[in-house]
Amino acid sequence: MPNLASPWLEKQRHLIDFTLASLGRRKTKNLGLLVAYALLVFVLASLALFTNALRTEATFVLAGSPEVILQRMVAGRHDLIPPGYLDKIGRIRGVQKKEGRLWGYYYDPVVNANYTFMARPAEEVASGTIMVGATLARARGLAAGNVISFRSYSGKLFAFKVASVLSPDSELLSADLVLVSEADFRAFFEYPAGHYTDIALSVANPLEVRNIAAKLAEALPDSRPILREEVLRTYQSVFDWREGIVLTVLSGAILAFVILAWEKASGLSAEEKREIGILKAIGWETGDVIRMKLWEGLLISLTAFLLGFVGAYIHVFHFGAPIFEPVLKGWAVLYPRFTLVPAVDGLQIATLFFFTVFPYTAAVLVPIWRAAITDPDAVMR
Amino acid sequence: MLFQPAIIALLMAAGVAVLMLTAAAPFAVQVILRWDIRSGSEQQLALERRTYLFSTLLSFVFVIQLAALLLFVFNADRLSGMFVGAMCAVGTLNVNDYGFPSLISQMGVFFLAAMWLAINHVDTRAPDYPLVRIKYGLLLLLLPVLVLSFWLELQYFLGLKANVITSCCGSLFSGDAKTIAGEASGMEAQPAIFLFYSGLTAATGLALWHWRRGSRRSGYLLAAASAAGFVAAIIGVLSFISLYIYEHPHHHCPFCILKPEYDYQGYWLYLPLFTATAAGLGAGALQPFARVRSLASVIPGVSARLAGISALGYSLFIAIATYFVLASKLILIEH
Amino acid sequence: MIELSNIKKAFNQGKPNEYWALNGIDLTLEAGKVTAFRGPSGSGKTTLLTLVGCLSRPTSGRVRFRGEDISGLPERFLTEIRRQSFGFIFQQFNLIKGLSALENVILPGFPTGRPRAELVASASQLFAQLKLEHRLHAKVEWLSGGEQQRVAIARALINNPQVIIADEPTANLDTALCREFMAILESFTAAGKTVLLTSHDPLVVESSAVHRVVGIRDGKLTDD
Repeated sequence: MPNLASPWLEKQRHLIDFTLASLGRRKTKNLGLLVAYALLVFVLASLALFTNALRTEATFVLAGSPEVILQRMVAGRHDLIPPGYLDKIGRIRGVQKKEGRLWGYYYDPVVNANYTFMARPAEEVASGTIMVGATLARARGLAAGNVISFRSYSGKLFAFKVASVLSPDSELLSADLVLVSEADFRAFFEYPAGHYTDIALSVANPLEVRNIAAKLAEALPDSRPILREEVLRTYQSVFDWREGIVLTVLSGAILAFVILAWEKASGLSAEEKREIGILKAIGWETGDVIRMKLWEGLLISLTAFLLGFVGAYIHVFHFGAPIFEPVLKGWAVLYPRFTLVPAVDGLQIATLFFFTVFPYTAAVLVPIWRAAITDPDAVMR
Repeated sequence: MLFQPAIIALLMAAGVAVLMLTAAAPFAVQVILRWDIRSGSEQQLALERRTYLFSTLLSFVFVIQLAALLLFVFNADRLSGMFVGAMCAVGTLNVNDYGFPSLISQMGVFFLAAMWLAINHVDTRAPDYPLVRIKYGLLLLLLPVLVLSFWLELQYFLGLKANVITSCCGSLFSGDAKTIAGEASGMEAQPAIFLFYSGLTAATGLALWHWRRGSRRSGYLLAAASAAGFVAAIIGVLSFISLYIYEHPHHHCPFCILKPEYDYQGYWLYLPLFTATAAGLGAGALQPFARVRSLASVIPGVSARLAGISALGYSLFIAIATYFVLASKLILIEH
Repeated sequence: MIELSNIKKAFNQGKPNEYWALNGIDLTLEAGKVTAFRGPSGSGKTTLLTLVGCLSRPTSGRVRFRGEDISGLPERFLTEIRRQSFGFIFQQFNLIKGLSALENVILPGFPTGRPRAELVASASQLFAQLKLEHRLHAKVEWLSGGEQQRVAIARALINNPQVIIADEPTANLDTALCREFMAILESFTAAGKTVLLTSHDPLVVESSAVHRVVGIRDGKLTDD
C-alpha cells in the first residue's frame, strides 16, 4: 500500500502548492470572500460561545440551589406558606434538610430597578446590616461600610449598613440581590410572623428527587414542588431557543454569504479560465482540477474559520460579547457585569462547521465542476 | 420540535443532501438513457463530464454524512438533560420511536455511499466505463434511502418535546411523564466476549485472506463478515467494552465513550471500526462485476487494497478494545 | 506510430451553426520524424493536432496511437496518454503569469505525483540545455519572447514525452529566434522524438529539419 499511497500524497502536496500560489496571486479577489467568510464565522461563533458560556454559568449557579422548592398555591396562584405547614410534610426518606425561605422584590425608584430581598439566618447577616450584589453596589455606588436607606412599601424609612458586597463570581444571578436578616426582612415588608415565601428541601440522591416530589404533591395537594433539574432544563431550553431565534435572524446572512460564494466561484475571470485551460492542455485531468479547487476551498475555509473563531473568542471572553449581550442575556433592568468563563466544546464547533463550511462547500461545488470541465483544446483555438 | 442550533444544522445538512441528489436525478436518468461510449458526439462528451459532478457530489454527501452522524450523537447526548429519565444519548434517542431508526438509517446511508464510491472508483479505472448504467441506477436507488433518512430525522426532531416548566404554572410532569428507557442494555458479558472476538476475528481473517489471494467468493464473504463484524463489535461495545471503559458494571452506553469525560476513547474504537466496515463492504460491492472484461484486471487490485484497509481497521479495533479492557480497573469476570 | 482513418470532427453538432472542421482524413505519421501541417487559417490543421495530441476526440473515425485505438477513450484516459506521451508548445506559449519559469515548467508533472525534488532536478537540467539557467526563478511575464518560448519548450519536455506537438511555434518570433527554434527541433529528432507542428511560415516548412509537409484545406488533405 505505501508505495501506492505516496505518489497520491505527493500529488496532493503539488495541488496544495499550486493552490497556495494561485491564492497569493489573486489576493484582492479572495480577500473580499475571506473577510465575509471570517465575519460570518465570527458572528456565529460569538453567538455560540456566548450562549454556551451563559449556559455554563447558569448550571454553575444553580448547582448551589436546593434540589426541590415547594410553593403553596391558592386559587392557582403562589401564596405564603402558613405556620405549621413545614411540619405537615413530616419525615420523608431521602430529604436531608427542609427550611422555610423568605424572599421578595423591592422596587427602587432611584435607579428604576427591582431588587431581590432575601432573608438569611442571623449568624450570616446581622440585624441592621445587608449584603448586596455587585451590580447593585455599582449602580448605587455602594461599598462595605456605607449606609443606605430604603423606603418600605408601607412608607417607612429603613437604614442599613452594607456589611459586604457579594462576590462577583456568580453575578448573573446575584446581580440585584440584597441579603438581610430575618427580623429585618419581616419588619421591612411587614411579613406576617410564622409565614414563609416557600420551602427549600435538599435531597442527596438525585435519583430520589422525583419520588420525593411525587410524595410531597400527594401529602400537600395545595402545593407545587419545583425541581432544580426542571429549572435547569428550562434555562437550557430558553438559551437554546434564544440562540435558535438569533440564528434564524442570521440565516439571511448565511444565505447572502452562500450567494456570494457561489458568485465568486462561478464568476471566473478570463485569466482564471485561461489558466484552467492551460492546466488541462498540459496534462491535468478534470478530477485534478476539481481536487485543486477543493483544496482551495478548504484552505479558505480553514483560514476563515480560524480567524473568525479566534476573533469570536476574544470578543466574547475578553470583551464580554458587546454585540449579543442585549439580545441574549438577562431580563432584569440591572445588567450584571461578569466575566464569562472561557468554555469551548466540540458540539458547538461541529454545529458552527455545519452553518459555515458546509453551506460554503455546497455553494461552490457546482461552479468548481463547471470550471474544471473546460475543454482541454480551448487554449489551441 | 426543539428549536436548537445543532438540530437546525442537522436538518439543513440532510435537506441539502436530498435536494442536491434530487436535482441530480434527471441527469442520472439521462446518463442511463443516452450513454454511448463509442460515440464521439458532443452530447456524449457532456454526459461524461457530468459524471465528474456526480462523483464529487456523492463524496460530499459521504463526508457530510459522517460528520452529521457524529453531530447527531453528540447532540443527542447534550439534549439528554432535557428529558426526564434520559441519562445520555440513548435516553434522548428513546424519547420517541424515530430516534434509533434515524441513527441506523444514517449509518446505512454512510455505508451505502461508501459502496457506491467503491464501485464508482473501479468503474473510472476501466476505459470503457462498463458500470455507468448500473452505477447511475444504483444512485437513483440511493435517493429514496436518503429521503427516508431525512424523513426519519425530521420525524424524530419534530417529536422531541422537552419537559420544561411552562410559563407561570410549572406543573410537575416529572411524576406523570412517560419514563423512557434511559439506558442501553447488553448481553451477558461472557457470551458477548465470545461473540465479539469470534465475529471480529472472522472478519479480520477473511479480510486478510481476500487481501492475499482475492477471489469473488472471499470478497462476498468479506462483505458478509464485515456486516456481521460490525454488529458483533457494537454488541461487544454495549455488553462489555463500555463497562470496562466506564469502570461501572451497569453503564452500557455506546455513546458516552465519545465524551471528554472518558478522554474521547470512543473515537479510537469507532474510527477504525467504521473505516474497516466501509472498506469491507466496498470490497464486497465490487465482486458482482469482477467478471466484466475490462474490470477483470482492475477489481482484484482495488478490492485487495480495500481488504487490506479492512484487515488493518479490524485488527486495530480489536487491539484497542482489548487494551481498554485490560487497562480497566473493573472486574466483570472472575478468573 | 499514429494512424488516422476517416477522421471527421464537427463543432456545435445539431445546432444551426454546425461546422465540420475535419472532413475525412486518412493519414499515417511516422515515429522519429518532423511532420509539418501547412494550410491557411481555418483549414483544420490545429483541430487535427488536437485530435492527434489527445486533446479532443473525433466525432467519427479512428485514431490509433502505437497500434491502440484511442478514439473512443474517455477524457480521463486520453489525459493520461497525453500526459505521458505528448508535449505541447502553443502559439501564445500559454505560460501561467505570476509563476516563475521553474514553477511553470514543472506543472505538467504535478498530476503524475513525482516528488518535487525530482521535478525540479529534471527542470534544471532542461533549463541548462536550453541555456536558460539564469532565468529559473524569474516570473514569466518578465521574460522576452524567445525566453518565454524556451520555457514553453522545457514545459513540453518535463514528462519526457515521445511526441512533441507545436502549434504555429514561430508565429511570434523573429527570424533569428526562428532559426534557433529550428535548431532545437533538430535536437528533438536527434533524441528520437516525433515532432508534429503546424505552420505557414516558409522558414519552417522549407527547412531541412522538417521531414514531411502535409497540406490541409477545408478539412481535407491536399497533397504531401
